[in-house]
Amino acid sequence: MKSFNGTGNYIASKALQLAVNAAITLERPLLIKGEPGTGKTMLAEELALSLGTELIPWHIKSTTKAQQGLYEYDAVSRLRDSQLGDEKVHDISNYIVKGKLWHAFTADQRPVLLIDEIDKADIEFPNDLLLELDKMEFFVYETQEKVVAKQRPIIIITSNNEKELPDAFLRRCFFHYISFPEAEEMKAIVDVHFPNIKQKLLDEALALFFDLREIPGLKKKPSTSELIDWLKLLLAEDIDIDVLQETRTKKVIPPLHGALLKNEQDVHLFEKLAFMHRSHR
Amino acid sequence: MLIDFFCKLRDYKVPCTIRELLDLIRVLEQHVVFANIDDFYVVSRAVLVKDESYFDKFDRAFADYFKGVSTIELDLSAIPEDWLKKHFEKMLSDEEKAKISAMGGLDKLMETLAERLKEQEERHEGGNKWIGTGGTSPFGANGYNPEGVRVGQENSRHRQAVKVWDKRQYRNLDDNVEIGTRNIKVALRKLRKFARTGASDVLALDDTISATARNAGYLDIKMKPERHNAIKLLMFFDVGGSMDDHIKVCEQLFSAVHTEFKHLEFFYFHNCVYEHVWRDNNRRTSEPVDIHKVIHTYGSDYKVIFIGDATMGPYEITYPGGSVEHWNEEPGSVWMKRLLSHFDKSIWLNPQEERQWSYYSSIDIMKSIVANKMYPLTVEGLTQGIKALL
Repeated sequence: MKSFNGTGNYIASKALQLAVNAAITLERPLLIKGEPGTGKTMLAEELALSLGTELIPWHIKSTTKAQQGLYEYDAVSRLRDSQLGDEKVHDISNYIVKGKLWHAFTADQRPVLLIDEIDKADIEFPNDLLLELDKMEFFVYETQEKVVAKQRPIIIITSNNEKELPDAFLRRCFFHYISFPEAEEMKAIVDVHFPNIKQKLLDEALALFFDLREIPGLKKKPSTSELIDWLKLLLAEDIDIDVLQETRTKKVIPPLHGALLKNEQDVHLFEKLAFMHRSHR
Repeated sequence: MLIDFFCKLRDYKVPCTIRELLDLIRVLEQHVVFANIDDFYVVSRAVLVKDESYFDKFDRAFADYFKGVSTIELDLSAIPEDWLKKHFEKMLSDEEKAKISAMGGLDKLMETLAERLKEQEERHEGGNKWIGTGGTSPFGANGYNPEGVRVGQENSRHRQAVKVWDKRQYRNLDDNVEIGTRNIKVALRKLRKFARTGASDVLALDDTISATARNAGYLDIKMKPERHNAIKLLMFFDVGGSMDDHIKVCEQLFSAVHTEFKHLEFFYFHNCVYEHVWRDNNRRTSEPVDIHKVIHTYGSDYKVIFIGDATMGPYEITYPGGSVEHWNEEPGSVWMKRLLSHFDKSIWLNPQEERQWSYYSSIDIMKSIVANKMYPLTVEGLTQGIKALL
């Protein structure tokens, strides 16, 4: 199996690479946490791309049940078909709908299975998957069939920390916390997305961005994805470097701040700070 | 070798199991990392630690194991001592000041601080040394605070960069530290998760039967949403006076609560609850809300949280006319008890540090009124409190 070193579109820190590679080698699920917008979901996509394999995304909602990941037995349509006298009815396997885990287990090439935002689900959800993730097999009662993984898929699980996950589940995973990138790393990330950005513009924008993150009391600090959106806008609008420089020294509202601050209260707070700063001078 | 390392982690209260130790050994066996301490740090953390709130404990254990704490020293050179002294004195309580002078002044204190550091970390909980426990005391917190005395290994002779685990960058994620909005949200979500269980639809059998009958015998499935057990919350905030010191943490709690709950009502009071509370602090005199009205409006299934430092004269709770603002016919304790007997579950969150509670008799009184359900306003306290609410 190839090891993962980040891709052309995705800068992975050394720590993340090691965690991913350890998880791949030991065939353990990898649990990823971190601030929203630091590229948790993207990791799975890019990992699949760099390994040249299929990505099977399973997006979890508050109503998702563990069983849906394995298979679902569509009793209702079978009942309906039986009333209409359809021939299909006699074979129960016609009404077994395969879930994401089943697909992952039976894929020809070792796929990447993304279980996205596992914390959104019911608290029992992770517990219901313990055995399946451990043994990589499950039993279909309706057809008395045992589904065993051809090869253990690479499993990436993301969480936003809305719920604590059960201990037994955690013990079976590896864990990585994507911390917010340092300025240097940030530059590398931006370079990947905007290879031709002017160096000075980038420096100013980054400095402004990190200043903004330092403001105490912000409800939602801007993160990587917001920075990238903002840069996109700056480039599209062709904002002058001088404007950014001025923004920083005079502490006025940065241009196109809507991309960075997503919360009305944060914008108010920032305006207030800017105003106070000006009246002090 | 790894067994000792494993034991050290357990000593530092990092929850890891043998299963994970075996995993780590297998990682090494498979040569995912080889003879590189930085890589080993990363991989062992990924394998052994499953929650970022333990990263700081892990970092300390790692540093302890691989370097030994003997090299931890205080880097005081960069900070003018007078400033330090003043800063400390400002933050210390009288009891602490007395203890410091008994120990031979600040210089001696600095020496002992260095010695005590390790001792304290091992006795993270329940320690009774004056440095304070759990990193929340002004002194202890200051000891770890980047703005205060910096604790970290720095090898000045070699001008070597500080190792990752010595930076202790995950300190803020440790759940004994003071509360931040994000932390509060996580703690509060414990309340919410019960509101969310069983969000799916269930079969409405009666409906299905009659719908199928109407449909000339052809099956017509009817579903109905499962009943939600949404948590309802009633909060009482103490404002003004001694609470001014705690505005920031209360604000954070307030904003976190605000975004988390659909059924949330809040009121303000001053020091102790009397016949009135109010909704808007600016209109406290013009628009008071009668406690009886509160009791009649909100069902007993509302969970009640009082937030206040309960720091006042004891008579403000126990005597008629004790209120500092108006003449109250009945003592505050009576009004408190009225509220408490109406609502099934209530707790008191106190932003005062827990170890200072014993110095105020009013806190004792209030604590017994709320049947000991008083918790410090830290993430841990909040977690305990929420347990008591469920």
